[in-house]
Amino acid sequence: MSATLTAAAPTANNLGNALEIRGLVKEYAAGKPVLKGIDLSVAAEGITAIIGPSGTGKSTLLRCINRLVEPTRGEIRLRGTELTGLRGKELRLARRRIGMVFQEYNLVERLTVMENVLSGRLGYVPLWRAWLRKYPEADIQRAFMLLDAVGLPEHATRRADALSGGQRQRVGIARALMQRPEILLADEPTSSLDPRTAVEVLELLARLTAAENVPVIINIHNVELAKRYARRIVGMSGGSVIFDGPPEDLRTHHLQAIYGGEDWL
Amino acid sequence: MNSMTSPSFSGDPVAPLRREWTRHTPGQRLSRFAVWLCCVAAVVWAVRSIDIIPEFLADAPEQMADLLIRMWPPNVAHYYPEVHHALIETLHIATLGTLFCFVLAVPLALMAARNVCTIRPLNVAAQFSLVASRSVNSLVWALLFVAIFGPGAAAGVFAIAFRSVGFVGKLLSEALEETSHGPREALRAAGASWGAEMLKGVWPQVQPAFWGIALFHWDINVRESAVLGLVGAGGIGLVLDDAINFFQWDRVSIVLLAILAVVLVAEVIVTRLRSRLL
Amino acid sequence: MSATSAPPSSADAARRVAFAPNWPMRLALLALAAYAVWASSQLGLSWGRLAHGLGEGGQLLGRMVPPNFERWGLLLEGLLESLQIAVLASAVGIALSLPLGVLAARNLSPWWISGPVRAVIAVCRSLHYVIVAILFVKAIGFGALAGTAALVVASIGFIAKLFAEAIEEISMKQVEAIRATGAGVMKVLAYAVLPQVASRFIGFCLYQLDSNLRNSTLVGIVGAGGIGGTLFAAFKRFDYDFVAAILLAIIALIFLAEIISGRVRAALR
Repeated sequence: MSATLTAAAPTANNLGNALEIRGLVKEYAAGKPVLKGIDLSVAAEGITAIIGPSGTGKSTLLRCINRLVEPTRGEIRLRGTELTGLRGKELRLARRRIGMVFQEYNLVERLTVMENVLSGRLGYVPLWRAWLRKYPEADIQRAFMLLDAVGLPEHATRRADALSGGQRQRVGIARALMQRPEILLADEPTSSLDPRTAVEVLELLARLTAAENVPVIINIHNVELAKRYARRIVGMSGGSVIFDGPPEDLRTHHLQAIYGGEDWL
Repeated sequence: MNSMTSPSFSGDPVAPLRREWTRHTPGQRLSRFAVWLCCVAAVVWAVRSIDIIPEFLADAPEQMADLLIRMWPPNVAHYYPEVHHALIETLHIATLGTLFCFVLAVPLALMAARNVCTIRPLNVAAQFSLVASRSVNSLVWALLFVAIFGPGAAAGVFAIAFRSVGFVGKLLSEALEETSHGPREALRAAGASWGAEMLKGVWPQVQPAFWGIALFHWDINVRESAVLGLVGAGGIGLVLDDAINFFQWDRVSIVLLAILAVVLVAEVIVTRLRSRLL
Repeated sequence: MSATSAPPSSADAARRVAFAPNWPMRLALLALAAYAVWASSQLGLSWGRLAHGLGEGGQLLGRMVPPNFERWGLLLEGLLESLQIAVLASAVGIALSLPLGVLAARNLSPWWISGPVRAVIAVCRSLHYVIVAILFVKAIGFGALAGTAALVVASIGFIAKLFAEAIEEISMKQVEAIRATGAGVMKVLAYAVLPQVASRFIGFCLYQLDSNLRNSTLVGIVGAGGIGGTLFAAFKRFDYDFVAAILLAIIALIFLAEIISGRVRAALR
């Protein structure tokens, strides 16, 4: 009964696709797939929101893309580079092209804000620069610029564990953009924040990624926020994509199909 | 690549806006440098003045390998009865030493705990004897007791006991000082004697700590008692010393294996008992 | 312990409700007491021997007082050598423990690396440093080198184990985030692992420096350098007043070290 609307997806774009996923399967235990053959193309600009109930594999899908989780089968192409099966240096070079923002920020709490932001360059700088914190001047200036952009310029030398949740997520966004990513993955970036801060952080994420021309895939629980900021909604349930289209096409019956039940609407 | 941030360095119009970032403030850097300097200076001093003969150092890996080759295979024939009996004696020394240590440590801990014993000079005296006991190593205690009792296991038991008193007494008195005053007051208000107050008001509060300390120290004492024989205080160390002095390396290795096994078994027993008791 | 099988009086019953007797515990204590008596007889410990020992002990104490500091040059030389052994053993031990601790941490290393490394650390920890010292003395000759090597082994057994445990407790989320930036193993270590464990690691190192100092005063007993050799020689010559002087000097040194490391630890906090 699930209504799949793949045809309406705004993938046809003169910029081409940033990411192509074909037949992605992930099984944590053999025979019990969490992702049951995902096909997804993501345009090279704008926000794509993935919605769906908890435990449906949204987070696994994102983590398969930068290989924090090892996919079982399928293909993932980032601007033509096949990501599955990459190892060692090649995998690291691919990862630095993919920024990630985490639900619980995942800042290194005992390092300063500046070190956390600069750690976005770890995929680029040589080891000795990383250990000695001797980053190239351009990196440091960009880090300051990003800290300005996320509204935390005077916090550069504070330790990350001294920040509030909203502030930490702003640093998390700065760290991800520091990579100059070709795509940004955001895994429930607002779920640990209060409603007002959540909107502010999402607004910031949308504004900065638009300014830097970075496409975003975002896992999000809040359907209203997803509709407000995304240009495309992907609805997942039980490890499969069951809705894919612009926010204005998302109807009540789709939400019922995605989340199940109807009383809650 | 960096199109958004910095144009070229020369003639940069926003140069005054450039911000500096270093990991540490100059003060921090200075103090870190000072600490590192001290560490390096200490090591350099040690290396330069210590009596290390370069030929020995160069020779060391070869000699160690030679030793290990001569130790292999261990000669199992040496195990029974000699090593076996020495092992049992070692365990007796460790266990009796621990028991005896508690006989000494409990009164000292009661005297050292400021909430139990309110007489200041007694506190200080008890604390001092605990510190003195800790500062003298078990082998040194063993030397002293060998001088007193003559060679044999008796010296070992006393060495173990006197060495662990310092640690056990300190830990016990700390546990005593952490007990809450409420239950004791309640018992005193009900007219309980000092003994009953201790037994029913304080003992239940320190009991878990007590068993934890006892098990922990028995484990340590098993390790320690294995070497006491080197100075003549009984146990398996005596056999080890013997074997080494006669260059019977296959006997040395069986003794070492026996010690290793006992130490590991003791550790397993203690971990099991602890998880059951606490 | 009333041996009556008659029904208990009302007072008895009331007491039983208030504090139920813990029979397994009492039996265990009884067994322990019986064991103590039996084991004492096995080891030849008797009251007569104790009494005799007490008299001997008094005599020994008498011969130790007053301590004889006449040979202070020898004393100072031994103490300094002990200090050097401790510093050197700590430095080398810490340097070796860093990589070993990382390799032994089960959340960073695959099992086929962490398993053997953990085994090596366990062996280092199980063998008493004096035994290790004897082996080194036999293998590489008398002197400070053997003592240093023995204490290096002991330091690895201690620091590497605690370091590995500390690493196993870190937040893997921070590691994941740094990995996601494309950082390799060494960069992940520098940015996600070390910041989380650095302060604890420094604490372990200070503690080990302290205990290496204690132990370095002892390895001389088996000929591995330091003040222990002087002490053992004095014992063998029944030079008990010099023994007392050496013991006092050792206690003073350890006491001083304890105070200093306590200060440093407080300053780090």
